[in-house]
Amino acid sequence: MLDSNKDSLKLEAMKRIVAMIARGKNASDLFPAVVKNVACKNIEVKKLVYVYLVRYAEEQQDLALLSISTFQRGLKDPNQLIRASALRVLSSIRVTIIVPIMMLAIKEAASDMSPYVRKTAAHAIPKLYSLDPEQKDQLIEVIEKLLADKTTLVAGSVVMAFEEVCPERIDLIHKNYRKLCNLLIDVEEWGQVVIINMLTRYARTQFLNPNINESLLEEGGEKAFYGSDDDDEDDEEKKAEAAALAKRKPYVMDPDHRLLLRNTKPLLQSRNAAVVMAVAQLYFHLAPKAEVGVIAKALVRLMRSHSEVQYVVLQNVATMTIKRRGMFEPYLKSFYIRSTDPTQIKILKLEVLTNLANETNISTILREFQTYIKSMDKDFVAATIQAIGRCATNIGEVRDTCLNGLVQLLSNRDELVVAESVVVIKKLLQMQPEQHSDIIKHMAKLTDNIQVPMARASILWLIGEYCEHVPKIAPDVLRKMAKTFTNEEDIVKLQIINLAAKLYLTNSKQTKLLTQYVLNLAKYDQNYDIRDRARFIRQLIVPTDKSGALSKYAKKLFLALKPAPVLESPFKDRDHFQLGSLSHLLNTKAGGYQELPDWPESAPDPSVRNVEVKDSVPEWTKCTSRKERKEKKVEKPFYSDSEGESGPTESADSESDSGSGSESGSEESGSASESEESEEESESEEEEEDEEEERTKKKKKIDKIKPKKPESAESEQSSGEEQKRSRKGGKERRSGSESESEEESESESSESESESEEESESDADTKKKKKTSASKPPPKQTKKESKRETKEMSLLDLDDFEPTPSPQVTPINNFLSNSLVTDLEGLSLTDTVLAPTTIAPSSSVRMHELLHRITGEGLGVEYCFSRQPFSPDPHMVAVQIQFTNNTSSETKSLHIEEPKLQSGMRIKEFPEIEVLPAGESVNVVMGIDFCDSTQAANFQLCTHTRKFFVSIQPPVGELMMPAFLTENEFKKEQGQLMGMNEITEKLTLGEKCQSDHAIIERVTATANLSRVPCGSDKEYRFAGKTVSSGSLVLVTVVRKEGGGAQLTVNCEKMVIGTMLVKDILQALTQ
Amino acid sequence: MIHSLFLINYAGDIFLEKHWKSVISRSVCDYFFEAQEKAGEPDNVPPVIRTPHHYLINIFREKIFFVSVIQTEVPPLFVIEFLHRVAEMFQDYFGECSEAAIKDNVVIVYELLEEMLDNGFPLATESNILKELIKPPTILRSMVNTITGSSNLGETLPTGQLSSVPWRRVGVKYTNNEAYFDVVEEIDAILDKSGTTVFAEIQGVVDACVKLTGMPDLTLSFMNPRLLDDVSFHPCVRFKRWESEKVLSFIPPDGNFRLMSYHVNAQNLVAIPVYVKQNINFFDSGSSGRLDITVGPKQTMGKTVENVIVTIHMPKVVLSANLTATQGTYTYDPVTKILVWDIGKLTQQKLPNLKGSLSLQSGAPKPEENPSLNIDLKIQQLAISGLKVNRLDMYGEKYKPFKGVKYVTKAGKFQVRT
Repeated sequence: MLDSNKDSLKLEAMKRIVAMIARGKNASDLFPAVVKNVACKNIEVKKLVYVYLVRYAEEQQDLALLSISTFQRGLKDPNQLIRASALRVLSSIRVTIIVPIMMLAIKEAASDMSPYVRKTAAHAIPKLYSLDPEQKDQLIEVIEKLLADKTTLVAGSVVMAFEEVCPERIDLIHKNYRKLCNLLIDVEEWGQVVIINMLTRYARTQFLNPNINESLLEEGGEKAFYGSDDDDEDDEEKKAEAAALAKRKPYVMDPDHRLLLRNTKPLLQSRNAAVVMAVAQLYFHLAPKAEVGVIAKALVRLMRSHSEVQYVVLQNVATMTIKRRGMFEPYLKSFYIRSTDPTQIKILKLEVLTNLANETNISTILREFQTYIKSMDKDFVAATIQAIGRCATNIGEVRDTCLNGLVQLLSNRDELVVAESVVVIKKLLQMQPEQHSDIIKHMAKLTDNIQVPMARASILWLIGEYCEHVPKIAPDVLRKMAKTFTNEEDIVKLQIINLAAKLYLTNSKQTKLLTQYVLNLAKYDQNYDIRDRARFIRQLIVPTDKSGALSKYAKKLFLALKPAPVLESPFKDRDHFQLGSLSHLLNTKAGGYQELPDWPESAPDPSVRNVEVKDSVPEWTKCTSRKERKEKKVEKPFYSDSEGESGPTESADSESDSGSGSESGSEESGSASESEESEEESESEEEEEDEEEERTKKKKKIDKIKPKKPESAESEQSSGEEQKRSRKGGKERRSGSESESEEESESESSESESESEEESESDADTKKKKKTSASKPPPKQTKKESKRETKEMSLLDLDDFEPTPSPQVTPINNFLSNSLVTDLEGLSLTDTVLAPTTIAPSSSVRMHELLHRITGEGLGVEYCFSRQPFSPDPHMVAVQIQFTNNTSSETKSLHIEEPKLQSGMRIKEFPEIEVLPAGESVNVVMGIDFCDSTQAANFQLCTHTRKFFVSIQPPVGELMMPAFLTENEFKKEQGQLMGMNEITEKLTLGEKCQSDHAIIERVTATANLSRVPCGSDKEYRFAGKTVSSGSLVLVTVVRKEGGGAQLTVNCEKMVIGTMLVKDILQALTQ
Repeated sequence: MIHSLFLINYAGDIFLEKHWKSVISRSVCDYFFEAQEKAGEPDNVPPVIRTPHHYLINIFREKIFFVSVIQTEVPPLFVIEFLHRVAEMFQDYFGECSEAAIKDNVVIVYELLEEMLDNGFPLATESNILKELIKPPTILRSMVNTITGSSNLGETLPTGQLSSVPWRRVGVKYTNNEAYFDVVEEIDAILDKSGTTVFAEIQGVVDACVKLTGMPDLTLSFMNPRLLDDVSFHPCVRFKRWESEKVLSFIPPDGNFRLMSYHVNAQNLVAIPVYVKQNINFFDSGSSGRLDITVGPKQTMGKTVENVIVTIHMPKVVLSANLTATQGTYTYDPVTKILVWDIGKLTQQKLPNLKGSLSLQSGAPKPEENPSLNIDLKIQQLAISGLKVNRLDMYGEKYKPFKGVKYVTKAGKFQVRT
């Protein structure tokens, strides 16, 4: 059926196979037939095949490999859910050969745009780890990256991976600690459990014990009082005192510690028992004593849940009650036992009740116990008797009452009850035997009836031990016992020997013969222990010729005072296991259990967590600070290289001349200052502004900057080098300080201060963005980039580097700062759509003529592609048009009419210019959607007197806008654009563009692309996407030895690709 | 985390197994059977069993043991809670969580388990998400499927998992928009022989059935929220609002769900709606006993007490019962030794009474303890704690929903000691 063409038949077959698997039947023979269907179109068949594959791949590794390619294809699917499920299945196939493939897939998915895919990546980590533990180091890197993720979806899964792969790397948590605390409430419930457990451990290593200082503060006497945990003092009182103490204690809780406690508290209200338990244990282990009480209520609530949940909760409550009795006292009645409870629950409740017993409530508890003793469940009755015994030992006042009650039980008809009471009474009597000889007598009488060996043995021991109190009865008991000796259990026999020996020593006259008899019987017993014991006793007590020195001490040996046993809870020492853990439940260490560390003596540096503040700046979810830093590092050589090349001989001026080809010194600083300016005044700049105004502003700015750098004003030539050096130094310093993220250098802190305003603004905005559209990564990316730029700039400013930052020299950065401007406009709090602002064309942008002033009768029109996003419509290319009125009269009502466009093209006209005075010029921006073609847009330009037919034809490079990709993304995207979509050309680099700098500059001048960081320094990557359809354009230039190079363009739109290749080729070969 | 899952029926047959990691032989269940044998009653099987290489965590539900195998440290409650969630999901999908239902839908069960757990870690446990992934079987659909050969799997991919309200599907549409809330309270009580209350408390839940179009944002407020002592919420409830204003503000999941459960302050005296006069005696001679029980209404606040059932677990020596009931019927099962007296409605005029003799095994000593009485009852239209819903408001959508609140009081673990 599997070979059939029909999906329905395949489905039926797969269903039967899965049913076989479910029943545990072996279906591995069908493997080849099933694997064939992995590429089946039908989604249900596919899923079932996955189920099958995951189950049997391990057994048939070779054949399983056949399916891998399907998943690899799935990993590149544009649908995030398909990517995720492909990764899921791929990582679930436990075949060692594909470890490298899995590793690659995980790494890629970890930086995927979709949080869901990243979550799946986190899930895949432990799978890979269990398959090949040698990958640990690499996996830790991925974990570190994912830990920095800001989405709730990922948080739980990655912490789970962390716990499984590298729970010892607590240092990875530092930076993410606060974020985890804050996200906690929104994480899905299973993730919450894992995170809380992990944070408990973390907090134990990082914070001080909140309870320790209280004890140190108190005077010596009270110190012990606080220090000892199981004292009998009333806990209420203790709490009250602790609370009072809290007010004046100098111990200040670390704010992060407080944060954790505060953020976990609401989770006590979770419907998920595991979450409640996790929070409870966190509070128990971490909170100051006065605050632990809050968990009691929640735990009591869990007692209403399923019996399995009750069982676990009661185990934990039992441990807690030993340490913190006061906490549960108000809920005493919730632990009352119903006859319908399962026995194991009853016994646990009993344990809790016993732990809770104190002087005030003992009477009610004992009354309860009395009803329990009548229960039909005998195991439970036995446990109750034990519990009474424990209450009696713990609380002196009720000891007699308990004893009397227990003695009454001796006449119970049920043997088990009697036996258990005997054992307990024995223990109790040991504490004060003198007053209770009548009880002993009574018990002696019982020997005839009680058959339970343990009880008989206990009675015999009692009589032997206190034979002085019952001198008449004891020999008689021995006589009876001697009669039945051979039929007794071993444990009883031993006690008979014991009794005989003791009586012989105290009352040898009456019992000598009996003792001899017993010892003789024992000599021939089957059990060697008994034979041994008999021989030993005989040597010891019966005086013979050879009797050693020991016999003198026999009496001392046997009749020494024995300390009374302490009746303890079996839960006494359990609290060294983390509560709520499996190990705690079993009271043994389970595999993979992480010890809960003790509190540190002194708190480790709390500032390690501070770094997070900076990290929180980038809100665009996935990009980790680490990655970001890496990017910066990659960029650094590029900058410094260009500096180095133009370095020693050329001044800053000449360099920038070659770069932009105009009076750039002021221009650069202008663009820099401009962007700063627009940061500050983005709101005021809403209206279109005259270039004049802008110019003046710019000038002012430049002036402002100028005084700052007196050196450069004086003699640029001489100081240029110096500046450069200091700049370089500064840069290195910066990257240095950044790479050591823990260290908070001054520059960083001051930076964050200065940025705080913008941050808060932009943060809010990005958050908004994030919510509204997960599917709009490009703007986010842009923001990221631009933000980084801001950071760099302000950083440099604050560091008092006199010259303007050198990065501004290159066109890329020109662009970046431009886009930054627009971005910041977008970021401003006003939500109104901003009218397109005119920004002075940077010198690198070429002006094209639209209307010559002669044909235009004095009206000259030029246009350029300003390379800014056209804000009213993102699918349009912004065209900046400059009108110059060369006539001597005013030109009025300049506007566009009758566009004649190719199908699909659209124009967004600029607002009509009412008046253009003579000699003046004005800039406007219009948007044209070229539909990703280089067809010209034709339209009429009208003045109040005339109409001119004009057309704008875009160079192919202007039809795109930069896209910001990471190296990985770039590679991934490139992988998807192979074959027809890839165009490769070899070329010889022109003389002028041998340097890195020149290549980059030329490429970016030709096409509106952004640079993608790249590990190799001979390779340059650029990415962009077409403006109207958003298809990716990827450009790679690889420099070869001897001035050669290879240009590769990957683009979905082949026409664009070919044209772009032509253009870039031309630019680079000139 | 969770390695494998075995479903075992009452008879000890493993009828389903699922592995999330490497396969673990089902022989591991032998340890479970051993423990089961030792425990006798299924209730007494320890939830956590230790074996040399694995740990078995199991739950018992609807006569099925869910036995999960784990290998490393994991919070036991985590696993237990998850297993219960699985059982609830089966219930949700198939209407019942029985062996037959699971066997009939083994493929869907498998698909469900596959989605719920990835590598042993819970992935999607929200019923709304799962239903989007895997459609629950209905008679109509299964008929259509056999005819057309279409599948049970959702065509669409689960977008819910990606949203910030993972519990709600997107694009919900109803022609009748309704939101019903059931306030169900249970009285847990232990009364002693003389009828005095040893212990009593009220546990309540608010169950909701919300069928509303779009993304409604609901706010539910109570007349007297101070009554509530301890609460736990569905994840959809905004805790902050509750903290500050004591109102429930939430975007509801689609369909049935438990909005909150609460506990009413035990300091307030709990009204016990019925009283029981009972007299059970066993005689030493003649191996017989007498039983005389009368049940009457007490503080019922003007409502009738319905569905009153008295259940008594008799001692083992009781062979048969020869009783007469003035109202309702009684049955005695000599195998399980359970006496059930189904009374029905309680009326003031005539108090129902059950009287008669019990015959004991001859020669056996008389049981020293009298069996305790478990009482079940139901009062419609009343929340015994006095909790009242004040109003329900809806924001975010324009239509007018139909709203309704129902109150029910039931007996929870209501026990009378004798």
